[in-house]
Amino acid sequence: MQDSNKPYETKVIVGGGEKVQQWSVYLIAVVVYMAIVGSFPFNSFLSGVLSCVGTAVLAICLRIQVNKENKEFKDLPPERAFADFVLCNLVLHLVIMNFLG
Amino acid sequence: MLQNTRIEDFQSGQNGQKPRISGSVIVIIDLPCCDLSANNRDSQICRFRALYTNRWVFRKVGIELYGLNKKELYIADLMLAVTSLEETYEALRTFEILGIERKADISPATCPLIVENLGSSSSSPKDLFYALKVNGILKCDISAKFFEGIHSKLQAIVKDASSLLDFYYSIGSLVLIKEQGFKSNVLLGDADGIFHSIKALSQSDGRWRHSSNGPGSTIHAAGIALEALAGVVSLASTEVDQSMIDTVENDIMKLFDSLERYDGGAFYFDDKLLDAREHQGPLSTTSSAVRGLTAFATVTSGSLYPPGDKILGLAKFFIGIGIPGSAKDLFNQIDSLASLENNRQSKNDSFSSRKTTLVSIPLILSVPATVLSLTKKDQLKVKVSTVLGSDAPPLTVKLMEAFSSGSKDSSVVENQELKFDPENSVHFLDALPKSIDVGKYIFSFEIVLHDPEQKKVYATGGQTQVLIVVTGFIKIDTAEITVLDSDLGSIETKQKLDLYGENAVSLSANHLQKLLLSFQMTTPHGHAFKPHQAFLKLRHESKVEHIFVVGSSVKQFEIVLDFLGLVEKFYYLSGRYDIQLTVGDAAMENSFLQALGHVNLDLPEPPEKAARPPLQPVDHYLRYGPKQEITHIFRTPGKLPAQELSLTFLGLTLLPFVGFLLGLISLGNLKKFPTLVVPAIFAILFHVGIAAVLLLYMLFWLKLDLFTTLKALGFLGIFLFFVGHRTLSHIASTSAKLKPA
Repeated sequence: MQDSNKPYETKVIVGGGEKVQQWSVYLIAVVVYMAIVGSFPFNSFLSGVLSCVGTAVLAICLRIQVNKENKEFKDLPPERAFADFVLCNLVLHLVIMNFLG
Repeated sequence: MLQNTRIEDFQSGQNGQKPRISGSVIVIIDLPCCDLSANNRDSQICRFRALYTNRWVFRKVGIELYGLNKKELYIADLMLAVTSLEETYEALRTFEILGIERKADISPATCPLIVENLGSSSSSPKDLFYALKVNGILKCDISAKFFEGIHSKLQAIVKDASSLLDFYYSIGSLVLIKEQGFKSNVLLGDADGIFHSIKALSQSDGRWRHSSNGPGSTIHAAGIALEALAGVVSLASTEVDQSMIDTVENDIMKLFDSLERYDGGAFYFDDKLLDAREHQGPLSTTSSAVRGLTAFATVTSGSLYPPGDKILGLAKFFIGIGIPGSAKDLFNQIDSLASLENNRQSKNDSFSSRKTTLVSIPLILSVPATVLSLTKKDQLKVKVSTVLGSDAPPLTVKLMEAFSSGSKDSSVVENQELKFDPENSVHFLDALPKSIDVGKYIFSFEIVLHDPEQKKVYATGGQTQVLIVVTGFIKIDTAEITVLDSDLGSIETKQKLDLYGENAVSLSANHLQKLLLSFQMTTPHGHAFKPHQAFLKLRHESKVEHIFVVGSSVKQFEIVLDFLGLVEKFYYLSGRYDIQLTVGDAAMENSFLQALGHVNLDLPEPPEKAARPPLQPVDHYLRYGPKQEITHIFRTPGKLPAQELSLTFLGLTLLPFVGFLLGLISLGNLKKFPTLVVPAIFAILFHVGIAAVLLLYMLFWLKLDLFTTLKALGFLGIFLFFVGHRTLSHIASTSAKLKPA
């Protein structure tokens, strides 16, 4: 990925795919933890898993939207995409916290 | 009204006065509502009312000055807890008739009261009347000089009176003054006129009105009027016109047309008034009528008087009340009975030309013991006396008939004469006739006076019915209990029972057999006896009970229990059944409830649809008593991971975040941070906002509930939106500017 093409904020978040890798690492860590300590309380495990997955998905969406080479999102200002990303993250985390119990 | 009262003890003998008044209390009464300085009629009435309230009877002993207020000293006599002279008179009269001496207690307190009453010029005729009535019983020491003024006052009232009660009280007081000897010649001048005025208030049906323009006429008022008329006749200076007396006698007869009747032969008067306030009960009305009637009959002699059986009925009414609940009712009852008793005394005074009264004296027949025992050979005893228990004239009592109650057969007894025992004044039968067996009877008695002349004087009534129960020892014999084979009727086991003593038979039967119990009952005179109750009870070990009635044939009592038909009734319960026999009757002196033994029943198995036996009552303590205590078992919590492991993973989670920050710096993205002040603030605020939201989430997880979180989130979200919008639009514009360049 060409780092210089990306505007400021997106570089922060997206950072050349490392971000997604980071979330994948998180996901594996949560699953391993659960395997060790048992699935009680199950809702906590689920919320952990879903948090990782959800955030990774949102990050991927942001990368797609920001990428200038992507024809579908040409007219979308990157800041708008970033703002969407932030908002969706906040909502996701609210749900996660609720489910965490 | 009794304000500022102080109660102190007072010892007598202060002024050397007699009698002693120890045991009384002094009450200092301040009567602010009464104007004590004035001595007019209103203040006197006020004081009078204040003194005679609240069940205290006061008499004045002095006046003291406390400061500027005059306070009068009174003694309250606690022994006479009545509120008025009328009630005092009623109580004293009741005591007098019953022969109870209370004068020594009551005279000291009451006599001064009477003196004051008679001396006071504001006393009403009613007060004078009752004061004189009380004096007639207590015979206080009153000087005759009081009575000049009273006499002339009363005569004036009589002349001007228009209402019945005014006539009654004034004439009655004059009669009492004459009787008690205070004045030698008390005479009514215009007796005919007064008689006529009282008579004018009467109605055609024998009742009287209280005043000419008053409400409806009553029998109660008629009684009062008759007493007043009797007073007029006795006080008349010249003889009252006989025709007027005859019309009054006619009125009395008409009054007796409205006599009402109870089933037992009691007669009474009752006023049926629409106005409930004025309503006197039957006792009050009847006693007023009887008083009036006897008073009038005492002073006149006539040809028409109520028949003896009605007088006897009135006496039965009074006696049948028993003991009334209130003092006034008791007075009415006892006084009326005394009038019915005493009117036989002929007045041998100035009216010697008059004969004895024609209101008959009732004779009451009573049977003290209505249950006679044949075993103890009780005698039938009968008493005949006047209403208050005085001796009757010589007479014979005959037992005319005796019917067995419940059957209308002919009488078992014919015309037995009872012998008289003069020592106990009792008529008795030596021995009950042989035809009287155990059971309930209605005996019919009749009184026959020895002297036929006395038939006019005494009212004996016709036949008197009395219910007598004759009890005796019933013989029970040939008692047997048998187990029979159903089909063949052959006897399997047969045992004799002794129903006077203990029994413990032990039988066994199956459902194809029958149980037969039989016995005979005979009265002392040898007749067959049928008791009121004869039950056989079978009780299973599980406490299920079955009760059967023992039927009777001509010769004996027997019951057959056919188990084949009873299998379903017994709920197919096999096992041991206890047998119990109960025989009882009111006339049977040896009623019994006996356990006879037990029978082991063998019944077939219950089919599926058979009825279950009813639930027996459980021990209530089991059901309603305290229950066993339960300790709550909580769900064992899941195994939580060890503390260290959790902390390790927490650390691992935070590591990437640190790596992220490092990556940020290495990328050099922070150069794009806006350097201008205003947008910088917004950018900072944007990051701060996001951090705040994340913090809120942490709090939500730890402590807060969803609604609070959502509320806070709403505020933060709005803030963040504005800030973010500003920041991002600024950055966007900067990028746009840079782009073309």
